[in-house]
Amino acid sequence: MITRMYKLVLIALLLIPSFAQADDLIMRRIAVDFPETMTTLQASVIAQGYRVSRVQRVDIGLTSSGYDTAEYRLVFMARPDQMDLIETKHPDLIPFVPLKITIFAEGNETILVTLNPLKFNEFFPDEGLGDLFAQWEKDIVEIFDRVQSEQ
Amino acid sequence: MLRIFIIGFGLLLHASALANHSGQHLYDQNCATCHGFNGSGGVGVPLSLPAFLDSVSDNYLVKTIRHGRPGRIMPAFKALQDEEVNAIVAHIRSWSDKPAPIYTDKSVQGDATKGKELFAAHCAICHGADGQGGPGTGVTMSRPRSLPILAPALNNSGFLASASDEMIKHTLMEGREGTPMVSFLNDGLSEQDINDLVAHVRSYEKQAGSSSMAPVEDEPSILVSESPYSVEETVDNLVNAVESMNFRLIRIQDLESGVVEEGKEDKGQVIIYSCNFSLLNEALKIDPRIGLFLPCRVTVFQHGDKVLIMAANPKKMSDVFNNRELESVCRDMKQVYLDMIDEALF
Repeated sequence: MITRMYKLVLIALLLIPSFAQADDLIMRRIAVDFPETMTTLQASVIAQGYRVSRVQRVDIGLTSSGYDTAEYRLVFMARPDQMDLIETKHPDLIPFVPLKITIFAEGNETILVTLNPLKFNEFFPDEGLGDLFAQWEKDIVEIFDRVQSEQ
Repeated sequence: MLRIFIIGFGLLLHASALANHSGQHLYDQNCATCHGFNGSGGVGVPLSLPAFLDSVSDNYLVKTIRHGRPGRIMPAFKALQDEEVNAIVAHIRSWSDKPAPIYTDKSVQGDATKGKELFAAHCAICHGADGQGGPGTGVTMSRPRSLPILAPALNNSGFLASASDEMIKHTLMEGREGTPMVSFLNDGLSEQDINDLVAHVRSYEKQAGSSSMAPVEDEPSILVSESPYSVEETVDNLVNAVESMNFRLIRIQDLESGVVEEGKEDKGQVIIYSCNFSLLNEALKIDPRIGLFLPCRVTVFQHGDKVLIMAANPKKMSDVFNNRELESVCRDMKQVYLDMIDEALF
């Protein structure tokens, strides 16, 4: 019996992957210049089942106000069914949707940054939306993975 | 037979996990965003700089990964396994053809009081009067990209836990070529002076908590007020408030714009986007990752028979950046939102 338990524990330990701690920010450096990464990012968002609701060109606003800047944009993304859920049942989350990804140039490379949606568990512990936040986190990681894999 | 299969399958999966522990893979996933794929720096310091690698021990790198720099962007990677941290350090070390220096944990004996005077005369101009370091991150959109070095915060608990006295002394004696850090031995200080400086830097350990972030647990996640006006009137009032506070109105849009079919948006949910580009430019110098806050956004929302004004609380989100300098920006932005909402409801 003990031998059997030992083997099961051993197997369980072997199967446990190295889970990274949930970081507050999900960030990636992409070894591709900004314009190409921007195109890939939007395609990746759509491939993940989201709509790109808007792209905010922060750099254009800065430049028109007289400030030097590299390319800096925000990509807003949402799914209609999730928006509907939040509007009808969880309005406290409204200021945080659509979700957004910050994308900016650093030389010939590009940085992607977004808030880890798991952080919403701390912001809204009583909403019972842990599954949705986990889904968002998984989706964003997959969106970033897809962008990175195409570099 | 089944047992052999199960154990073999487990071993295969374990081997796969170990393959992912390769230093370069782990570095690319955890470090490259800030430090660059080849360690050339970016938001973070350039790790591949020869003078840096020649002066820091592997133990310093391990402890830096473990402790991070509280309040100075570099996070503490507590969930990485020891072998993963070691693999990352080995990858970083592979950029140098010299062996890693080894320092003992022996204290350097010096006079901290004399060291404080020397620090004020020789170090404070870069590292700050209290050793708080230079402002901002390495590369921002306002800094020349050839200068990704900022004076580190010597009073930071993560630095003090990572750097031995001998390492600090070595850096003071030799300087770091390619950075503004000069050799103070060549600059006229004696070895005893340098020992005194090390004693002063070590004395920062007594200022516990000086580099930690302010707690945000008690902050609300959203700023919300009920408006006595209709959605349209509330939006008009907010537009006036935005302009009176010297913010530029960027856009008024339905919450569902771009998400649902055009023409089917709920008109009772409106976002007002605005920006003060001067403030934004200053904030980007502090941390280029602040897109989470952009642009300034207030949402007007018809909820049943109530009209609500809502905004995400920037102060609540400030701790995700581990950047103490952003705290004041986030505090100020929270106040801007509160003032905007107050003015719209007046």
